[in-house]
Amino acid sequence: MAWRRFFRRSQWDRERLEEIESYLKIETDENIARGMTPTGAEAAARRKLGNRTLIREEIYRMNTIAALDTLGHDLRYGLRLLRRNPLFASIAVVTLALGIGANTAVFSVVNSVLLKPLPYPQPQQLVAVWHDAPGAAGLVSASGGLRLSPSMYFTYTEQNHTFQALGLWVASTANVTGLAEPEKVPAIFISDGALEALAVPPAVGRWLGMADQKPNGPPRAMLGYGYWQRRFGGDRSVVGRNLTIDSQPTEIVGVMPRGFRFVNADFDLIAPLAFDRAKQRLPGFGFHCVGRLKPGVTIAQADADIARLIPIWMNSWPAAPGINPHIYENWRITPAIRGLKQEVVGNVGNVLWVVMATIGMVMLIACANVANLLLVRADVRQQELAVRAALGAGWGRIVRELLIESLLLGFGGGALGLALASVGLNFLVGIGPASLPRLSEVAVDGRALAFTVGLSIVSALLFGSITALKYARPRISLALRAGGRSVSQSRERHRARGILVVAQVALALVLLIGSGLMIRTFQKLRAVEPGITGPSSLELIRIFIPQSLVSDAERVARTENEIADKLSAIPGVRAVAFTGEAPMEAVPGHDFDVILTEGQKFDPAALPPLRIFVSVSPGLFRTLGARIVAGRDYTWTDLYGRRQVVMLSENLARELWGSAAAALGKRIGTALPGAPSWEVIGVVQDVRQNGVQEPAPAMVYWPAYRQNIYVAGQVQVERAVTFAIRTPRAGSGSLVSQVNQAVWSVNANLPVASVRTMQDVYDQSLARTSFTLVMLGIAGAIALLLGIIGIYGVISYAVSLRTREIGIRLALGAPPRDLSRMFVRYGLALAGTGAALGAGAAIGLTRLMKALLFGISPLDPLTYATVTMVLVAAAALASYLPARRAAAVDPVETLRAE
Amino acid sequence: MPRRESPLESEMLAGTLDMLILQTLVLGPAHGHTIAHAIEHGSQDVLAVEHGSLYPALHRLEDRGWIASFWGTSENNRRARYYRLTPAGRKRLLAQTTRWQQLVEAIGRILKPAER
Repeated sequence: MAWRRFFRRSQWDRERLEEIESYLKIETDENIARGMTPTGAEAAARRKLGNRTLIREEIYRMNTIAALDTLGHDLRYGLRLLRRNPLFASIAVVTLALGIGANTAVFSVVNSVLLKPLPYPQPQQLVAVWHDAPGAAGLVSASGGLRLSPSMYFTYTEQNHTFQALGLWVASTANVTGLAEPEKVPAIFISDGALEALAVPPAVGRWLGMADQKPNGPPRAMLGYGYWQRRFGGDRSVVGRNLTIDSQPTEIVGVMPRGFRFVNADFDLIAPLAFDRAKQRLPGFGFHCVGRLKPGVTIAQADADIARLIPIWMNSWPAAPGINPHIYENWRITPAIRGLKQEVVGNVGNVLWVVMATIGMVMLIACANVANLLLVRADVRQQELAVRAALGAGWGRIVRELLIESLLLGFGGGALGLALASVGLNFLVGIGPASLPRLSEVAVDGRALAFTVGLSIVSALLFGSITALKYARPRISLALRAGGRSVSQSRERHRARGILVVAQVALALVLLIGSGLMIRTFQKLRAVEPGITGPSSLELIRIFIPQSLVSDAERVARTENEIADKLSAIPGVRAVAFTGEAPMEAVPGHDFDVILTEGQKFDPAALPPLRIFVSVSPGLFRTLGARIVAGRDYTWTDLYGRRQVVMLSENLARELWGSAAAALGKRIGTALPGAPSWEVIGVVQDVRQNGVQEPAPAMVYWPAYRQNIYVAGQVQVERAVTFAIRTPRAGSGSLVSQVNQAVWSVNANLPVASVRTMQDVYDQSLARTSFTLVMLGIAGAIALLLGIIGIYGVISYAVSLRTREIGIRLALGAPPRDLSRMFVRYGLALAGTGAALGAGAAIGLTRLMKALLFGISPLDPLTYATVTMVLVAAAALASYLPARRAAAVDPVETLRAE
Repeated sequence: MPRRESPLESEMLAGTLDMLILQTLVLGPAHGHTIAHAIEHGSQDVLAVEHGSLYPALHRLEDRGWIASFWGTSENNRRARYYRLTPAGRKRLLAQTTRWQQLVEAIGRILKPAER
């Protein structure tokens, strides 16, 4: 009822007007009939009726929903005010848009990566099973925990009480042949239970089941959606067909749906691990485990359940040959189950929260800037507000109006910010480290939209209320008295703006110190000598020669040698060599061997002295640019002769014998009965094998083709190798096609995979740091800019308000230079206070980003000093520019203008 | 629906005016001018108010469904808005008149002793 009338109220008003007119006419008629003159009659009628406007207003009010009506008024009024001040409005809106846009973009990433549940049914039940093994430090350091062995899987899956499903998986690659060019594709190998745990039904066909896990059973596989589309055009009849995977005809049983990722891995194929239960031993801790807890079971309960099973496992399976089974007791294995989300997100949460916090600070600075603008404007409007208050406008009404103006600005900024955010998001996703999980899920969704709207409103209320609080109750008499004459500013008015500027400077300093620390971190990382020279002229490719393709070990070595020779023949190629794992390549996990020096006794009760090893071909170190600090490199004769010679990293040589030179001629080995011992022939400069940020590990470099170090008489060859090709043409497409030709000329069934340059690998290793650096850099730059604008604005406003005072002072003979100095001093006082507060805050806050820093302390004095100096210098400049105007004031002009 | 106070709208007077309007319309439909004059005469000028004040009251009564309006022609051939009593208005008048009389009696009883 009320609503209908609300919208028809103007029609009502017309009718009432007509009715009242009709009253007047009738009354006039009667008055005339009583003998009055027409004019007198009408005047009398009007007197009798009373104030027509009042009557209409009263009826009109009855028909309105008052709040809504005045809201409309205030909105229109606010818009009009903003339109009248396009410069102010656009500065405010753009400032807010920058802040809101940046926040929305980063929030979208945080939301997609950290907040949104994983895209599996009942994701809260999903966990990753890991172990802590403090007694096996050497084994768990790389991955941050001990993974599962197949025997653990069998014990756990058969005897647990807390899991609905539990399965092992490992990300690897598979060679697909028979479809045009041979191709190496990412593949996930799973045990039974893994798909059941994730519980995402296939798009076509069926899951791999228990029956597909039979060792030596008929090979079967599932396809990833992308691969299905790419290779088979989404043909549903692909189920039941055969695909040659790792040289074996494999039946395709199903296709996983679009968007399905295996925990944190993209894949083209899913294949069974097909463990042979009879052959399992205790170790082989190389597998990830995904589990689905029974409804209502907590992680603590599952931990207790697994803890119960660990002794059972230890008693149920044989140890590896020559290893005392009691070793595992010394490892002190305990379960460390964590939510699957934590597994997927990893340590990126740290970076994202730091970035979110920084961007949030930028928003605060933007709000402070807009609040400052509003304060200046409210000052100008003070008289208008006073007049309105004097005419009876309630203070509530004025507050509302000021807030509505702020909200209009906020929503304007929000709308523009949203546009900026979608642009910025592409940029973010572009520069985001490839290790950033769930990157493909990043989008501005409903929640991000709600965040934007909320942020717009909250920030508008934040900066709006500062003005509203200060001006809603203007001291009418004061304002009216001042009426246009610029009396010197009241201290209080000035203080509000001063505080805002101080806060801005303080926040800006915190952000700048944050980005300064990241810059220093980056410098430190750049300064690290990774043991590789000229990474941009090193092309890397990866090749895997499966058993089914070439079974004989020596043939594998000869094939690899031949490929290296063919690659060397490509024009412009200076050197070629290969290795099991290129530096910083981070093939998941490391290989370890038990290494003892000659004469050292193996203590079966102690942790075996495990060393990381990598297999290398002759010439690898020359190709990479790593110096051989003592001795010599391998030759092909060493390899084909299966000579028991070995190369070590410099730090390992030092650890064992004190110096590189002393290591030459010494022997190492596994000290197992009958196992060979190996003579050290060369020592290589330390290489940052695990990435630039990790210290170079002590390493053993085995020949790529060699005797088995544990069992005499057997040979061993590296079947998965990365070729390093030193050429100025690295990274060019023409080189890649020539590389493919060269490889296929040796064996047409060998796919070339993971083509990239060492520079890519190197950048990837720095990706997290450079991402954080860029984000903090952007935030810091915006903060600095906004802070400077803030100081500039306040000083120039102070100058304009005190023009009269300046005029008088000049007229009285004050030197102009002194006057401008006065303003610069004021600006510097603000900046100095802000910087001092900011430095204090930074000392507390930068601690939080300690994990992101490398080689410097969060309290790095150089950063603090430089950043503070830069900020104060910028503040001095920002104050000087408007202050110069003070000196340029013409006293005569000023005083006459008043 | 929030309303500001107007001179006629203080609780008792408003109720009274409503009752008087309804009472006037018992005799048959009338337009604003007639009603105003009827009340003024009927109350022997005790309630001599600005006639304009009547209109918000008419609006309110119509809003509550106690009276209904239609456009018609006045005795001297002017277009005028006529009001008539609705059944709900008749009931309301009855209720209010009863209450009013009770009130008057009550006040009368209180005031009488003072008169003696």
